[in-house]
Amino acid sequence: MKLTKSFNRSLWAFHFNSGSCNGCEIEIVAAITPRYDPERFGIKLVGSPRHADLLIVTGPVVKKMRDRLLRVYEQVPDPKVVMCVGVCGSSGGPFYDSYNLDGPVDDVIPVDVYVPGCPPRPEAIIYGVVRAQEKLERLEGERA
Amino acid sequence: MSDGNPAKTTPYTVPIGPIHPALKEPVMFTFRMNGEQIEKADFAPGQTHRGIEWMGMRRNPIQIVHLTDRICGICGVSHSLAFARAVEQIMEIDVPERADYIRAIIAEFERIQSHLLWAGMAAHELGFDTLLHLTWRVREQAMDTIELLTGNRVNYGIIQIGGVRRDITPDQHPAIHECLDYYRDLQGKLLRIFLEDATIQMRCRDCGILTRDDALRLCTVGPTARASGVNMDVRVDFPYAAYGDLDIEPILPDRYLGETRGDVFDRIVVRLLEVEQSAGIIRQCLDVMPAGDILWETKIPKILAAFKKAHGEAVGRHEAPRGEVLHYVRMDGKEHPTAWKVKASSYSNLMSWIPMLEGEQIADIPIIVASIDPCLSCTDRVAVVRGGRRSIMTKEELHRLSVEKTRRLMR
Repeated sequence: MKLTKSFNRSLWAFHFNSGSCNGCEIEIVAAITPRYDPERFGIKLVGSPRHADLLIVTGPVVKKMRDRLLRVYEQVPDPKVVMCVGVCGSSGGPFYDSYNLDGPVDDVIPVDVYVPGCPPRPEAIIYGVVRAQEKLERLEGERA
Repeated sequence: MSDGNPAKTTPYTVPIGPIHPALKEPVMFTFRMNGEQIEKADFAPGQTHRGIEWMGMRRNPIQIVHLTDRICGICGVSHSLAFARAVEQIMEIDVPERADYIRAIIAEFERIQSHLLWAGMAAHELGFDTLLHLTWRVREQAMDTIELLTGNRVNYGIIQIGGVRRDITPDQHPAIHECLDYYRDLQGKLLRIFLEDATIQMRCRDCGILTRDDALRLCTVGPTARASGVNMDVRVDFPYAAYGDLDIEPILPDRYLGETRGDVFDRIVVRLLEVEQSAGIIRQCLDVMPAGDILWETKIPKILAAFKKAHGEAVGRHEAPRGEVLHYVRMDGKEHPTAWKVKASSYSNLMSWIPMLEGEQIADIPIIVASIDPCLSCTDRVAVVRGGRRSIMTKEELHRLSVEKTRRLMR
């Protein structure tokens, strides 16, 4: 990845669970703990969407979480990138025929990076974050 | 809700959730506070309801096994095992003995990784992030072994109706033993950090108490019940898979501490000791595992044909890392079950939050909520409809309060 000077800060991510089975959650946490340790590049999870550059969405978006997802999405400051982790957020996955879904995620909010897998490995999640950072670079460059 | 003493103070209401990354899962809490003290606690799960049972009744049991993996990503094998056992009882399948042992081995590895995961999250809630990173690093060893045995880190997909889909070959034994030795060497260190550290003692001792009577009255299960002194463990009480042949004793906190208080600290003790116990069970399994088949029937069409002859109902139970999971299945001579009901372990444990939380301080909420190891994706089988949410206290504020309390106590 070739970084330009346009994105000149650490990338912070906010994680939103829209009804996932926890598999992606634990792999996201596994991805930020010492074996992979992306925090040395400044990538970390934050507790508020207002501090985040990247919104990580897991789960197939159940009906109850739709409005909350929209609200959280609006709270993330621009420029923002949305990353959808797990196959159920990309297409519904094993829950494709459920009666309680408003998803997949891209029916609710625009998604920039898809990380497929059920759940994806931590390496895949980190690769997704790198692609998200490239997009942020571009967005930030266009604004400048 | 009855009002306590309305005269002096105005109780105010603090809503927390449903989005706060502490739990990694959405649940909505409402606390009525009296100063710093929790007067009344209430919660509304149901934010991750995906209608799994409804979907399951439209699929055949071979497909459902992979759906049960995804009821909960942490208990990847527990739900599949309980479901498979229910179906096997209806169809009167004799599972090969070797498959029973492999099931027990995978279930115990799952318990190791799940308890370490929980220990890390508990440390994080206390503001002890160094310990979070330590436990999650040592957890990776179990994840590697699970990946070696099943081919996946999470959602293993190893259970099949009538057996398991992968055998454990002799060349995998050294790697398993290496992993078990690693945890044996580590156990002393982990116990020392968790049990002798002053910070953890201060925050967890006599905090979030669940008495034995309450534990029985609220039908809590698993480590939450055992930490309150209830001697129960499905592996011992109703042996299944290979557990009947193995030497297992439920772990109670007085074995290590000499007394049972039913507080958060006792729950930490029970879970950490169970890591050691699980490693012992895996060792026993590897020693006595017989050779033989791993599947009752290898041809999928034959299994599907057998479903169409199956009539009856059965209950499958399994001691998951969080407690007993129970699957009720009814088959009426069709390929798909006519009824399927899941009772996850957290479903039984959630109500114990209320006696634990009431009377405690607001800064203790994160650790008490985490102390039962809640798993809401398991639990939300039924949508509970309840409205009302306004200003939301973020996890960050809550975490800050918790960290501040630790700092204050350390001074």
